[in-house]
Amino acid sequence: MSSVPRFWRNLGSRYNLEGTRCNECGESYYPPRNVCVNCRRVGQIKPYKFKGTGEIISYTLIHTAAEGFEGQAPYTLAIIQLDEGPRLTSQVVGTPEKIHIGMRVRSVFRKLGEDGERGMIYYGTKFVPENA
Amino acid sequence: MPGIKARFAWPENGVSRMRDVAIIGVKNTKFGELWERSLRDIVVEAGIGAIEDADVSGKEINALYVGNMSGGRFIDQEHIGALIADYSGLSKNLHVPATRVEAACASGGLALRQAIMAVASGYSDIVVAAGAEKMTDVGSEEASSALAAAADREWEGMAGATFPGLYAMIARLHMHRYGTTSEQLAEVAVKNHRNGRLNPIAQYKNLITVDQVLNSIMVADPLHIFDCSPITDGASALVLAPADVAHKYTDTPIYIRATAQASDTIALHDRRDITTLDAATVAAKRAYSMAKVGPEDIDLAEVHDCFTIAEICAIEDLGFAEKGKGGIVTANGETAIGGRIPVNTSGGLKACGHPVGATGIKQAVEIVTQLRGEAGKRQVEGAEYGMTHNIGGSGATAVVHIFSRER
Amino acid sequence: MTIGIVSYGAYVPRYRIKIEEIARLWGDNAEALKNGLMVYEKSVPDIDEDAATIAVEAARYAMARSGVDPERIGAVYTGSESHPYAVKPTSTIIAQAIGATPNMTAADFEFACKAGTAAVQACMGLVGSGMIDLGMAIGADVAQGAPGDALEYTAAAGGVACIIGRKESELAAIIEGTYSFTTDTPDFWRREGMPYPEHGGRFTGEPGYFKHVTNAAKGLLEKLGTKPEDYDYAVFHQPNGKFPSKAAKTLGFTKAQITPGLVVPKIGNTYSGSCLMGIAATLDQAKPGDRIFATAFGSGAGSDAFSITVTDRIEEIRNKAPKVSELIKDPIYIDYARYARHKGKIRLA
Repeated sequence: MSSVPRFWRNLGSRYNLEGTRCNECGESYYPPRNVCVNCRRVGQIKPYKFKGTGEIISYTLIHTAAEGFEGQAPYTLAIIQLDEGPRLTSQVVGTPEKIHIGMRVRSVFRKLGEDGERGMIYYGTKFVPENA
Repeated sequence: MPGIKARFAWPENGVSRMRDVAIIGVKNTKFGELWERSLRDIVVEAGIGAIEDADVSGKEINALYVGNMSGGRFIDQEHIGALIADYSGLSKNLHVPATRVEAACASGGLALRQAIMAVASGYSDIVVAAGAEKMTDVGSEEASSALAAAADREWEGMAGATFPGLYAMIARLHMHRYGTTSEQLAEVAVKNHRNGRLNPIAQYKNLITVDQVLNSIMVADPLHIFDCSPITDGASALVLAPADVAHKYTDTPIYIRATAQASDTIALHDRRDITTLDAATVAAKRAYSMAKVGPEDIDLAEVHDCFTIAEICAIEDLGFAEKGKGGIVTANGETAIGGRIPVNTSGGLKACGHPVGATGIKQAVEIVTQLRGEAGKRQVEGAEYGMTHNIGGSGATAVVHIFSRER
Repeated sequence: MTIGIVSYGAYVPRYRIKIEEIARLWGDNAEALKNGLMVYEKSVPDIDEDAATIAVEAARYAMARSGVDPERIGAVYTGSESHPYAVKPTSTIIAQAIGATPNMTAADFEFACKAGTAAVQACMGLVGSGMIDLGMAIGADVAQGAPGDALEYTAAAGGVACIIGRKESELAAIIEGTYSFTTDTPDFWRREGMPYPEHGGRFTGEPGYFKHVTNAAKGLLEKLGTKPEDYDYAVFHQPNGKFPSKAAKTLGFTKAQITPGLVVPKIGNTYSGSCLMGIAATLDQAKPGDRIFATAFGSGAGSDAFSITVTDRIEEIRNKAPKVSELIKDPIYIDYARYARHKGKIRLA
C-alpha cells in the first residue's frame, strides 16, 4: 500500500475509471492495459473512460482483512463486470445480506485506506447497489 | 497462428529430442512451525537428505534449482540460490551453479521443471531441485500480506483482496452455478487430515469433522479457517539424473513422463471463467499429451489445495471429475485412499502444511515415495502413474508433472 | 454582469443515529432535546467516507445535472471544517475526480459553517471578473461533536456543490447580490491537532449567530431595496431547527418561507454544507421566477447573504441528479457503538 508515486500514477484510473481500449479489435480494458491481449503488437491502444455501472459476478464477505484494511472489516469484496465488458475487483458498500450474484451496481467515490495517522489517504472507486 | 512456422517442436507434440529423466533421491523435512530452525537449516537438511538417498557425491552435482517465494518478505533475504548452495557446501569449493525460481506458490513445481529441462536437454546430468520456505519468523499478518503478493497487488491487493477472499469468490460462484456445498468443501479438509495423520512429516495429524470445519471462524465467506491451508516452515529436495544412468544410483528410479507449465491472467477478475483454472487445464492437457496417457491412467495425484475449493476445482481441471462435480466426487469418497483416484495422500497443503516454495517439490517427493511402494500406511496399492499439480497465486501459473514407476 | 448558479449537487450519507440513541448513552432527556433543538436524527458517514468523498459525490452530481464540460471549470474551492488533511488541499482531489485538472486553480476554505458560501463568493468574483468561465464551490463536512457535548446531537455529515457561471442561457438561478457581515467573534473554535471543537455555549447565540445573520440579511435587503415579502423562500444556516425560525421571525420572514429548505430536523447540521443544503432543497422544488433569500453563518464569525432568482432553466436540469429529498429517504439507523466506530471515536491500534 505505502507508496506515494505508485498510487499517484494510477489516480485517473482509480478515481475516474479511466482505462484503455484497443481500436483494432474493440476490446476495452479496466484496469488499463498497454498491450492488447488479442492483438499484441498490432493493437491500437487508446484511453477510454468507463461509465461505472455493472453487475456482480461473485463476491465474498471478508472477515480477516487485508493489511491496511483492518479498520473496515468485515467488508464485501466482489468481482464486478462493467457494462462495457471488463471485470474488476472492488469493495461493494451496502448491507451484506442483500448482495447477490447478478446484482446491478454503480460506482461511488470512497476512501480506500490510509497509511496510518500520519501517512497518505488513498481514495478510489467502490460500488453500491444501483438503486442505493 | 496461421502463417507462422514453429521453429522447433514442443516435446508434448511427441517430437522429443530430449532424453528421459529420472528421480534418484528424495527428502522432506518435518513441516510445521519450526521455531528452532532457520531457512538454511531446513534446506540443508532436505538437500543433504536427498543427496544421501540418491547416493551421489557433491562433486557430481551439476546444478541446483531452489523454489522459494518470498525470502525477502519473510526473512529479508534475497539471493536465495546462492545462500542455499553456500550452506549446502556446494559453492565454496565446487562452485555449483544455483538458481532461485519463483512463481508464488508454484515456485517448487517450477524449480522441478527447470531441473528436468536441464537434465533432459543434456546440459546437466545430476541436478538437485529443492524448495523451501521459512514463514514463521514474521507474524501471521505480515505472512498473509507477503502471500497476497501472489495476487495482483495493484488491482486486487489495493482493493482489499486477500488470498482467502479471492478463493472465496471462486467458491461462491462454484456453489451458485453447480450447487457445490460447504459440506463438500469441508470433506476435502476432513480427508486431507485423515491422510496427514498417516504422514510422519505432516504439520497436522489430528482428525477433524465436517461440523468442526463448518463451525470454525469465517475467514472470507464461505471459507472458514479450516478451509484454508496453514502457515508452515519446511523444505523438500529431489535429485534428478538421466534415466539411462539412474540404475547406477538407485534400485527404484522414478521416471518423469511429462513436465508442463501454463500461464493465465494474474488477476482473478481477468480470467475467462473464475471457476476453472485454465492454466491448470492447459498444463494438464500438455502433460497428458506428452506422457501419452489420460486421466483414467493416473493412479494418484498431489494437487494444490491451498483452500478446499482449490482441490475441488483441481480434480475437475485435471479430468478426474466432470466440471461442477468435484464436490460430489469428493463427498463420495472417490478421492480418498482406496478410492478411484486418491488425491493428496500426503495430507495436501491443508494437513501436511504449505511452506510455499517447498510444496511443489514435496508433492513430487510424495509421488516418488508412493511409486516406490514406500508410503507405509498411506500407500496406494499398485500405483504406476502419479501426477502433481502446483498452482501459483489464484491460478496465474500452473505446473503439472506426470511420473511413472516404469520407464 | 449576470452571475448565477449553473448547477448544484448534494450528497448525504445513508446512515443515521437518533437523538434518543445518543441521549441513552449520556443519560440525557431525549424528548426535551428534540423539542429544544428541533432535530430528531443526524446523518453519519460510512467508515470509508470523509469530507473529500462527500464533496466528490456532490460535485459529480452537480456536473451530471448540468452536463457542462469539466474543462470549463476554472476553479474549485472547497469549504470544510473537517478537511482530511491539515496541509494538502481537498479541492485538488475533487478537481481530479471530476476531470477539471490541470488548467485551473484551486484552494481550500475554512470559516466554520460558512466556508461553503465563502467559496461561492470567491467563485462569483472570479467568474464575474472574467478570470474564469465556470467555478465550482463546495461546502462539505463530517462534523465532529465531542462525546457527551451538546453539539454531538447535531454535528452531521453532508455536502453541496454549486457551479457558478455567467452565461445567462446556462443559469438555473441568478444571484442578484450578496452581502457579508464579518467580525472577530470567538464563539466556536478548534485548535490545530485537537479532535473536537470548543464553543461558547449560549454565547454562540446572540453575539454569534443572530447578530451576524441579522446584520447580513438586513444589509442585503437594504442594498437591493427588497423586503422579506418579495421572496418566496428563505434559507438560513441551520445548526438546529430553532435558530433559523427565530432569525426568520426577527427579520420578518414566515414559517412557510423557511420550511421547504429546513432539512436539519432530519439530517442534523452539515456545517459547511448546511446553508447550501437548504438552498439545494429549495432549488429542488422552486418554480421559475421564484426568489430565494439565503443567509449563511460561520462561527468566528461571519454571515453571507444571497438574493437568488430562479430561472426557467431549473426545470431542464433539476431531475438530472438526485434531489435532497431522494438522498435522505430510506436511511439506515445505527447504534452508538457503530456510530463511534464510523466517526473514528474509537482509537484503533
